[in-house]
Amino acid sequence: MPQGKNKKKAPPEVSPVFPAPHLRKGQTTTKIMYIVVLVLLLPTASSIYYFGYNALLIISTSIATAVLTEYLSKKLRGKAFVMDGSAVITGLLLALTLPPTVPLWMVALGSFFAIAIAKEAFGGLGHNIFNPALAGRAFLQVSFPISMTTWVAPTGFSFDAVTSASPLSDTFTWEAEKLSLYKELFLGNTSGSIGETMTLLILLGGILLIATRIIDWRTPVAYIGAVALLSFALGQDAIFHLLSGGLMLGAFFMATDYVTSPITRRGKLIFGLGAGVLTVLIRLYSGMPEGVCFSILIMNALTPLIDRYATVKPYGFRKGIRSEG
Amino acid sequence: MKGIKGTKTDIRLKKKGSRYGVKLPNCKITAQSPIEPIPMPPRVIISLSQNPGAPCKPLVNKGDKVLTGQKIGNSEEFISAPVHATVSGEVSDILTTIDPGTGQHKQALLLTSDGKDEWVKLDAPANPDELSVKDILKRIREAGIVGLGGAVFPSHAKLSLAEDTKIDTLILNGCECEPYITADHRAMLEYGDKILSGLNIIKKVVSPDNIYIAIEDNKRDAIKHLEGLIASMEGDNYFKIVSRKAKYPAGAEKTLIETLLGRQVPINGLPLDVGVIVHNVNTVKAIHDAVVDGKPFIERVVTVTGSVKNPKNLLVRLGTPLGSLIDYCGGIEGEAVEIINGGPMTGVSQPDLGSPVTKGTNCLLVKENRPVKERDCIRCGCCLEVCPMRLEPSTLARYARAGRYDDCLRYYIDDCFECGCCTYVCPSNIPILQYIKTAKVELARRANSATG
Repeated sequence: MPQGKNKKKAPPEVSPVFPAPHLRKGQTTTKIMYIVVLVLLLPTASSIYYFGYNALLIISTSIATAVLTEYLSKKLRGKAFVMDGSAVITGLLLALTLPPTVPLWMVALGSFFAIAIAKEAFGGLGHNIFNPALAGRAFLQVSFPISMTTWVAPTGFSFDAVTSASPLSDTFTWEAEKLSLYKELFLGNTSGSIGETMTLLILLGGILLIATRIIDWRTPVAYIGAVALLSFALGQDAIFHLLSGGLMLGAFFMATDYVTSPITRRGKLIFGLGAGVLTVLIRLYSGMPEGVCFSILIMNALTPLIDRYATVKPYGFRKGIRSEG
Repeated sequence: MKGIKGTKTDIRLKKKGSRYGVKLPNCKITAQSPIEPIPMPPRVIISLSQNPGAPCKPLVNKGDKVLTGQKIGNSEEFISAPVHATVSGEVSDILTTIDPGTGQHKQALLLTSDGKDEWVKLDAPANPDELSVKDILKRIREAGIVGLGGAVFPSHAKLSLAEDTKIDTLILNGCECEPYITADHRAMLEYGDKILSGLNIIKKVVSPDNIYIAIEDNKRDAIKHLEGLIASMEGDNYFKIVSRKAKYPAGAEKTLIETLLGRQVPINGLPLDVGVIVHNVNTVKAIHDAVVDGKPFIERVVTVTGSVKNPKNLLVRLGTPLGSLIDYCGGIEGEAVEIINGGPMTGVSQPDLGSPVTKGTNCLLVKENRPVKERDCIRCGCCLEVCPMRLEPSTLARYARAGRYDDCLRYYIDDCFECGCCTYVCPSNIPILQYIKTAKVELARRANSATG
């Protein structure tokens, strides 16, 4: 090694200067994202348990496409690619909302749309208006309505899929007593999107996220509460509405997406309530059986508006005292 | 909430601490180190503007002889405090110095010590009970005392109340919530009697109904010590010690008033508006020195801590270059270190060590630090959850970054007292506080050019 490089550098004349504060908690966006991924392994496990190879293939296709798309679009935009986990969440969430028999090329297309159009085209993480996973799902739903609404009963790792109506569709019937239906819905032993059927594990994951303060309880509680109250008020079976479809996954994992939901506590309540009302209205009065996806997307669009008006009263606020401007 | 003079207000203390703010590592490594006076520096730099308000005009010329404690700068303005020579010797130069607390250029006097520390003739010691309120305030002003908790606002101005102002609560602030700093902690342990005497003086000036001494629960020895002193005091037990869970920024004036009394100081208002006055323990000790002993404020306790060989609490003559403090503590250890005037949350990074200790210097922290990469805001809302003023720090930072300073006003940027909690918790490493400070400076500049 040349002598010059071995020399110890002389201490700089001027000390380094940093803005205050000089302490950091050490929390990073990457850590937060991977905690969410870990918690999402709970509904992922149920999807694999009930839908076997189909679920595995859908999930891996979706995540791989999401990460690859993010990598390529960062390269195209001349930005640094950071494996911050957000693309993994998008890919995984999208996969969990898809029916078990959807063709894999469709999965890839939806995942590509989620990252390239809904996220990167808006400027990447932190700048997207719509939840990327839901935007991807909505894109598939309107492009391929048949494939996106073909449901099969859970079969585990066997291949003989039997078409069966999802609980929310008009053709769904249940002869046995109600309580056993609730039990099946709670444990996820029904047809539906691969990661949405098992309420138990989604609920557990949601509680974990609230307990670790990753998400605020207001959004899911307002969301689920609004669905329960409104469906009950409209003479529906409220418990059935809570346990079926994508409500739980949507309330805990999609409506709570930081980037696309309001930032204030009051805003989070409004967001949850709005999404709940829209979900019930779509389920009952539209042509679609399920409304979670579109209701959250509509609320995403309203988020800047909610943020503007659902502000917090600062310390020392008095009526009449207001900053100018 | 201005009460009517003469009526006694019942106070119900709040039990719980604030849900805002952050739990910080304690790092008070000098808590057990007694205050040590450091040798007289050969040269001191006395800034003529060490507090908000009007800068002082020099009262001496280059080449003049000065004595320790001699007033060498003063202003006619009410909101201003005089400055004193902190060594005896000669005025060698009138120069410009960088204020270590604000980074601004200030006019200053360079004094060369003759090493003799000859004092000017001080005011005769006095019994505060025999002094009028006016005389007490005069002594406080003449001693050049300012708030030593950080705001360095001239103390006589804070204590000069309008005729109809009723103070129902006086709070002695010994919280010292910032990590590392132990200057107030040591002062409570070593100057306890002087602090209580100073508190009695303030009691005479503002005649409050209640006096609380607020101390964070990580300073149990100080609580015990002061409790003992109060118990041995004659007369009724007028002072009540309240301990609060250590949570930054519990010691910030506005936060303290809220967590203790459940009152909020109005936006753009003062604690007086809710009948409260808050003083820091070291300020109160200086008030005792000035009123009882006639001594001007020429030295203060500075915690020198972090990556230095021997962290210590020092009693330092004002104007001593920061470098001398570090040398006295055995020098810097480690690499990539940052030198901070103040604590780790609100302190200001020093590019060089030539700047002097000023009235507001409570800590000199040497700390390892590295640049962090700023990422995009993911709107997690952590900064809103911790902001003790319930602002939207991320929104302020976004507007400030875009140069939309008027929108910052809409989000109450003036209410921010720059505690730094938002930036501490930010997972995207956004220097939120720095953006806010930049916007404030720009808004002040605009306001100045609009009026002037």
